Amino acid sequence: MSAPPLLQLTDVTKSFGAIRALRGARLELLAGEIHALAGENGAGKSTLMNIIDGILQPDGGEIRIDGQPVRIDSPAAAQRLGIGFVHQEIALCADISVAENIYMSQTARSGRALMGGAELIARAAEVLAPLADIDPRVPAGRLSISQQQLVEIAKALTLDCRILILDEPTAALTEHEAQKLFAIMRGLTARGIGIIYISHRMAEIFGTCDRVTVMRDGQHIRTDRIADLTPADVVNAMVGRQLDALYPPKLTAPPGPEILRVEGLTDQRFRDVSFSLRQGEILGLGGLIGAGRSEIARGLTRLEGKATGRVWLHGTALELRDYADCIAAGIVYLSEDRKGDGVFLDLPIAANIAALDLRRVAGRFGVINPGRETAQAERIGASLRLKAASPAHRVASLSGGNQQKVALAKLLAVEPKVILLDEPTRGVDVGAKAEIHAILRGLAESGVGILVISSELPELIGLCDRVLVVSEGRLAGELTGPAITEQNIMTLAAPGALAASETLQ
Amino acid sequence: MTATTQERSLIARLSGARETGLVLIILALFLIMSVASEHFLTWPNMRAMAMAFSVEAIVVVGMTILLISGGIDLSVGSVTALAMVVAGLLFLAGVNPWVAALIAIALCAGIGAIMGFFVTVVGLHHFIVTLAAMVIARGLCLLGTGGRPLGLYDLPDGFKWIGIGSVGVIPVAIVIFVLVVVVFDFLLRRTTAFRLVYYTGSNEKAAAYSGIRTKRVIFLTTVLCSTLCGVAGVIYMARFGSAQPTFGVGMELNVIAAAVIGGASLSGGKGSILGAILGAVLLSLVSSSLALLNVSVYWQDIIRGSILLAAVTFDHYLVKRQAAGGRA
Repeated sequence: MSAPPLLQLTDVTKSFGAIRALRGARLELLAGEIHALAGENGAGKSTLMNIIDGILQPDGGEIRIDGQPVRIDSPAAAQRLGIGFVHQEIALCADISVAENIYMSQTARSGRALMGGAELIARAAEVLAPLADIDPRVPAGRLSISQQQLVEIAKALTLDCRILILDEPTAALTEHEAQKLFAIMRGLTARGIGIIYISHRMAEIFGTCDRVTVMRDGQHIRTDRIADLTPADVVNAMVGRQLDALYPPKLTAPPGPEILRVEGLTDQRFRDVSFSLRQGEILGLGGLIGAGRSEIARGLTRLEGKATGRVWLHGTALELRDYADCIAAGIVYLSEDRKGDGVFLDLPIAANIAALDLRRVAGRFGVINPGRETAQAERIGASLRLKAASPAHRVASLSGGNQQKVALAKLLAVEPKVILLDEPTRGVDVGAKAEIHAILRGLAESGVGILVISSELPELIGLCDRVLVVSEGRLAGELTGPAITEQNIMTLAAPGALAASETLQ
Repeated sequence: MTATTQERSLIARLSGARETGLVLIILALFLIMSVASEHFLTWPNMRAMAMAFSVEAIVVVGMTILLISGGIDLSVGSVTALAMVVAGLLFLAGVNPWVAALIAIALCAGIGAIMGFFVTVVGLHHFIVTLAAMVIARGLCLLGTGGRPLGLYDLPDGFKWIGIGSVGVIPVAIVIFVLVVVVFDFLLRRTTAFRLVYYTGSNEKAAAYSGIRTKRVIFLTTVLCSTLCGVAGVIYMARFGSAQPTFGVGMELNVIAAAVIGGASLSGGKGSILGAILGAVLLSLVSSSLALLNVSVYWQDIIRGSILLAAVTFDHYLVKRQAAGGRA
């Protein structure tokens, strides 16, 4: 008889009030495998993982570890059973050192008031070494988002766990960092550790995982060996219907006249950035995280810093003092951090959509007309296929994909001429992602200038007609048509690649 | 999206449930007290109760707007007292009382501007800046008067009218209060300028990323709150016929409690004028009811504190339940 699975969940159910988050969820994790868990947002993945980690208690069903039924009634119990969980949200203490963050739970459990400084730092450095070049002595808050994510992973690695759950660990990582993480994951599985890997990115699931379980509407849909499937099989199982194509068709004719021209844009984090955006095309901005892509967009729109350089919109030179000027001119920016600064979670959907220019929903003397505000939200919401019961509902009640549509609707309400989108599909499920891509293509066709910043290479390649690659705050090169490949983007993006750009053009 | 175009402000609908609940509680208390005490449902008692909270309610309006923008002001009590003292001293120095009142109100606006400067330009927290202003303003009151109340026996009747006069049977102070409440409630619910206050308080960064000049919004709400304190101070002076340097000690807690019971949140983005005024009515009603029932004044504080705690706890669970529903 073969050994029982490392972890087995059968017929797990869980309800929140009237909402049935899980109804008959199933998962089987073998020792030494990387098991992908796929499903759209709201499919029940997070609920299931929170049950494994003891954060939530199931209403019904069974959990077995090594064939033995177990009860996991708290995260501490999960840790004792050898379960480690790297959450999608980063939860580090910003003011204390990286080393102390990594060993926080051990320190808490050991009962010792203080842990030795030098020993702690040395041990943290050891854990971090294969992941990234991070000084364990600096406060965690000073690290970039991707470095913080790596610290979270390092934290889980110190727990000597047998079951490791990674919830979208690469969402904030660069391609290079992600590759390092995958190498570490394979090292762990060689030692018999089972890994549950949650990701929306098909390339990662197919490049890294051994098996996949697909969930939909809180139910188990299928579990198969990756080798027996195609990405289309997984996506179709996730959305429960045939998805026409992952990306909308690209531009076939040459792009139209120039909409936006930027020359010599310079600030602390980027230098001498010049480019033009033409009508009809979707322009991509690629590069490593921290290369300065978001900074360029926020510098251009005067959201941060004091960038110098010149900007023309439809041939007219712009004088921009702040972002309000920029919006008035018709250039808007979609933030990469939806919950942090993209939407007002506690305000109604309609109030969110009206935020950029209230005059559009106001009558004389600046008196808001609630009817017009609602109508505007309904009109733009319908054009984006926003799924919401009512424009009066709070944005917090929506799924990630629909929240992102609200963030986009906010910008569209001012009928912008140019939209700069920073990670427009981060944390958005496959179905909504395809919808957002189609919306962007439609906007480009209708004459709106579209610039997309993305860390997801397949997105840049699938969506954009032309890609500018940023490396160390400068434009390292431009790729068009068939030259837009992972290989070319990564070559240009690598630090010190400026010289190499000549050979590609 | 379904077409549910109601002719009501969206913000209003969010706070509507809370306001209805408060009205019901106030009505229930009213009924109970009418039965419990024969003195309760009498014109003098009603008038005294309304007068007791009507001036402070003007400060509640300013505080609520400031809380919605994400700020807080601990200096309201001392700034109100300072307005009284400054107007009183100017009057004693021979200045026309109306001019003195305007100067005092302008001075309060100036104090608000200084606090706003420290918050938005220097980048300090509202709590600390207004704590400092609270102590400084109280110090100025005591310095200017030597710690003794100023008797303003020669205040002309025309000026005293705003404190003790009546329009028909309605006291002028209540007319002013109703005007302030109605005007600011409408402004806050329906105008673009005040909607920016909600955006800024709900998520300051998202507001900045929507092109809203958030520092200006916070500066102006700080100035508005202090200005309304000035208005309240002048009305108090007209009512008492004196300027009391120690007036309004602890007022900030009462005012913040009223706003929070009415639905405002210390983290900003939530609240309404109507709710806050209902909160003030409830607190005032409880105080005078307990006094009528001869309950010790010490018990009153304990009961009011408990009401505040109950309101906030209720709110907390409401938010948690909404969050659980939204997760699916």
